[in-house]
Amino acid sequence: MLLKMNHIEKSFAKTRVLNDISMHVEEGEFVALLGPSGSGKSTLFNLIGGMTSPDEGTILLNDNIIHGQKGLIGYMPQQPSLFPWRTVIENVVLVQELSGKPNYEEAKEWLKKVGLQDFQNAYPMELSGGMKQRVAFIRALLSKQNLLCLDEPFSALDEFTRIEMQKWLLSVWEDNRKSILFVTHSIEEALFLADRIYILTKRPATIKEEIIVPFARPREESLLNANEFFQLKQKLFNLLRDEIKVGE
Amino acid sequence: MKWVREKGGAIFLLLFILCSWELLVKVNEVPGWLLPAPIAVFSEAIKVIPSFSTDIFSTIQLALLGLTIGSLVGFIIAVLLHMMPFVQKMVYPLLILSQNIPIIVLAPLLIIWFGFGLMPKLIIIGLVCFFPIVVAALDGFKNTASELKYYMEMAGASKSQLFWKLELPHSLPSLFSGLKISATYSVMGAVISEWLGAKQGIGVFMTLSQSSFRTDRVFVAIFTIMLLSILIFGLLRMVERIVIKGKMER
Ligand SMILES: Nc1ncnc2c1ncn2[C@@H]1O[C@H](COP(=O)(O)OP(=O)(O)O)[C@@H](O)[C@H]1O
Ligand SMILES: [Mg+2]
Repeated sequence: MLLKMNHIEKSFAKTRVLNDISMHVEEGEFVALLGPSGSGKSTLFNLIGGMTSPDEGTILLNDNIIHGQKGLIGYMPQQPSLFPWRTVIENVVLVQELSGKPNYEEAKEWLKKVGLQDFQNAYPMELSGGMKQRVAFIRALLSKQNLLCLDEPFSALDEFTRIEMQKWLLSVWEDNRKSILFVTHSIEEALFLADRIYILTKRPATIKEEIIVPFARPREESLLNANEFFQLKQKLFNLLRDEIKVGE
Repeated sequence: MKWVREKGGAIFLLLFILCSWELLVKVNEVPGWLLPAPIAVFSEAIKVIPSFSTDIFSTIQLALLGLTIGSLVGFIIAVLLHMMPFVQKMVYPLLILSQNIPIIVLAPLLIIWFGFGLMPKLIIIGLVCFFPIVVAALDGFKNTASELKYYMEMAGASKSQLFWKLELPHSLPSLFSGLKISATYSVMGAVISEWLGAKQGIGVFMTLSQSSFRTDRVFVAIFTIMLLSILIFGLLRMVERIVIKGKMER
């Protein structure tokens, strides 16, 4: 088991944000974390990324406790967070620079694979929103960590770009198979992408339900219109509705 | 041309001021030792240039040397203060306070301590140059985009990596605006330091011209100082354009 979280609790001042969270990610698995906004999803990533430590419970990566240790996961934030003064390729190798020598050949290959070879020497401001997110994803991928944590990476994109990016992510992932923990508040996104979904309650967040997504891979866009997709979506919607209704 | 459209207004205004000045002096028959007309100043400038140019170069050298020392010291102090937030809290108010001391009142002290050599001059120029750099650099470091900083920390960047790869490049635009202010001050600082006693330089030329009531030459010196300031400013702007890549977003 790659990532394992046991009975995690976390509070800020008097507010409890995470309440007894237990979850895991297997090697090569795509896991989605679905919950209303403000429920504590990013806080969970802060814990995994070592930015803060849990009040209670343990986080294990490859059976080692990793509280407070940074740089052990590949990370992709909601904003692309590219460095404006670095070209695309310089951005892509940034994380490699932190731990050793950057591999420009590999970076070039990846940019070519995702159709950005013509932009490798462009600056981020010249890219569209979707392109920036692709660069941010390649940067996380090239950090060479076995677990990629993606925090609502597509939520700032428009609907069409978002679906394109989801398809793109699947195609890259399906022939790469790194473990991904994907935070989202979109039911459809979670269902379309993930092998397994954890549904979080509103704050203080606990795990309300764990859903195994039965759809075969590779997945096509047509899945979005399939009947069984719709039924599962309905089920998830009902589960989440109680969390959103009281509305914070 | 774009250049004409952008700068045309300012140039027109400048010409207008010069023409009115010339006219006022001519019409009212103002004596030259009181206020020389622009054309008289200009022709005097051409006359003195051969001997005056050594003064100019001497001042440029002094200003650039002082600017370099002042900005380097300022930058290093800013980095140290940035690395030690606790010390910054203590020192920063004193730094601001120190700016309320007019440099000119320090001059006699500096001469008592260091004599008439290069040292007190460089200290004066350094003092006027270093403050804008410290403020600009600290400001730049502090205003580093929080999402980029968060990303670097998540990625496991060390404190020095955070500084060299993010905070420093992020603060470059701010650093350059500080540097441009310092650069303009440096010429003024150099001239003031020359007033205190020097063998040559625009400041010396000014003092000599003033004591012999050569007001036209005083004006030559003033215009030269203005021109030099603008020149250094423009030079830095060119460097800035080369150094700062890929504009900031937002
Ligand atoms: N550093 C912090 N200090 C205090 N409260 C925080 C801090 N970080 C997050 N919170 C609170 O924790 C809750 C969960 O935040 P977050 O994890 O960002 O939610 P999500 O990512 O699910 O939208 C929010 O109500 C937020 O106000
Ligand atoms: Mg969040």
